[in-house]
Amino acid sequence: MNVLELRDVYRTHGKGDAATHALRQISLSVVAGELVAVMGPSGSGKSTLLNLAGGLDRPDRGAVLVEGVELGKLSRKRLAEVRRHSVGYVFQALNLVPSLTAAENVALPLELDGVPIRRARPQAEAALSEVELDGYADRFPDELSGGQQQRVAIARALIGQRKLVLADEPTGALDSLTGESVLKLLRHRVDCGAAGVLVTHEARHAAWADRVVFLRDGSIVDTSGPLSQPECLLADVQP
Amino acid sequence: MSVRHGLLALLERGARYGYQLRAEFEDSTGGTWPLNIGQVYTTLNRLERDGLVHALPPGDGGQRPYEITDQGRVELTLWFATPIARADRPRDELAIKLALALTTPGVDVRAVVQTQRTATMRALQEYTRLKRGDADLPWRLVIDAMIYQSEAELRWLDHCEAALVRYRPGPPKPLPVEAEGAELHERA
Repeated sequence: MNVLELRDVYRTHGKGDAATHALRQISLSVVAGELVAVMGPSGSGKSTLLNLAGGLDRPDRGAVLVEGVELGKLSRKRLAEVRRHSVGYVFQALNLVPSLTAAENVALPLELDGVPIRRARPQAEAALSEVELDGYADRFPDELSGGQQQRVAIARALIGQRKLVLADEPTGALDSLTGESVLKLLRHRVDCGAAGVLVTHEARHAAWADRVVFLRDGSIVDTSGPLSQPECLLADVQP
Repeated sequence: MSVRHGLLALLERGARYGYQLRAEFEDSTGGTWPLNIGQVYTTLNRLERDGLVHALPPGDGGQRPYEITDQGRVELTLWFATPIARADRPRDELAIKLALALTTPGVDVRAVVQTQRTATMRALQEYTRLKRGDADLPWRLVIDAMIYQSEAELRWLDHCEAALVRYRPGPPKPLPVEAEGAELHERA
């Protein structure tokens, strides 16, 4: 089943002569267990696509469906519920609340949903454990390294049973090995059944995806899936 | 890298038979560089001829192990200490192809770039998939080398595409005038 589906989506920013076609006729589906990377030059529409997928923005034409529900037909209240229940976001700007501990930051989406703290806390600790941050639950963001803060942001995105994880340059300015561990976490979550969309301009990061979609001037120009026979790649390095 | 230096590096760990060398060589390179046994023995014979290894008396199975000589150790140390020269690498067919695509009438250069980008991206995805397991460090480093090379190629393709957007071809250059002597020589 498609967890995310974009049907013939158009999005224009601005009006008249100043109008910019951010996305044109985009159709894209992501199924459970699939990670799709979106690549393209600056201004190609990557972030607009992610904002539409997460219900943070609405298309001018076309439809965006998450778990079969068309986001454009929902009331603001219901849309906010879908975003909290079904969608996890990881942004380059971590958006951690500095006055809350790691566990409180992670538990925040559950608490906003009315889950009592005594039930939210163990779930937050489990999510922190999943990102290998056992023992860091009571630290504040400024007591954590950049990589640890990013993992807290991922734990927050993954808490509960989110079926769709949206990541925008999630490795930010992390060093290569820490960045890789963040991608492994994302990959692991997807392998466990979530659907993921990863926006990045780093090919090395996009390569963790099952499919890579190339955007240019708001349109999909090509899609790359993995090869079925990796052995043929290794022929290049044979003597 | 030559097989020659690879075998010397393995023999530095201790004496080995040809079959053991082949297995260890393939292990160290994560199976990315398969050797046939004939190649191993040919290389060992050359190394022995050059005084870099010598054959020991046959063991119980009748196979002769080889060990590295002092001269072989000097050669190995030198190899590790010497960077690999860019000039030793083969010419880049892709760079040449794009340069020609740019000046050949009727070729959609952006399509050439995108076709290559998709193919290289696929390869990069596959290398990344190979790396996902808990592989040993030597194997991961070999795969990482291929990952970073693919990434460099993709960055270069992005750069090419950005440059293409701004590209305005000038008037064609006149063909070089052939020297009279060369023309006569060609006719002859």
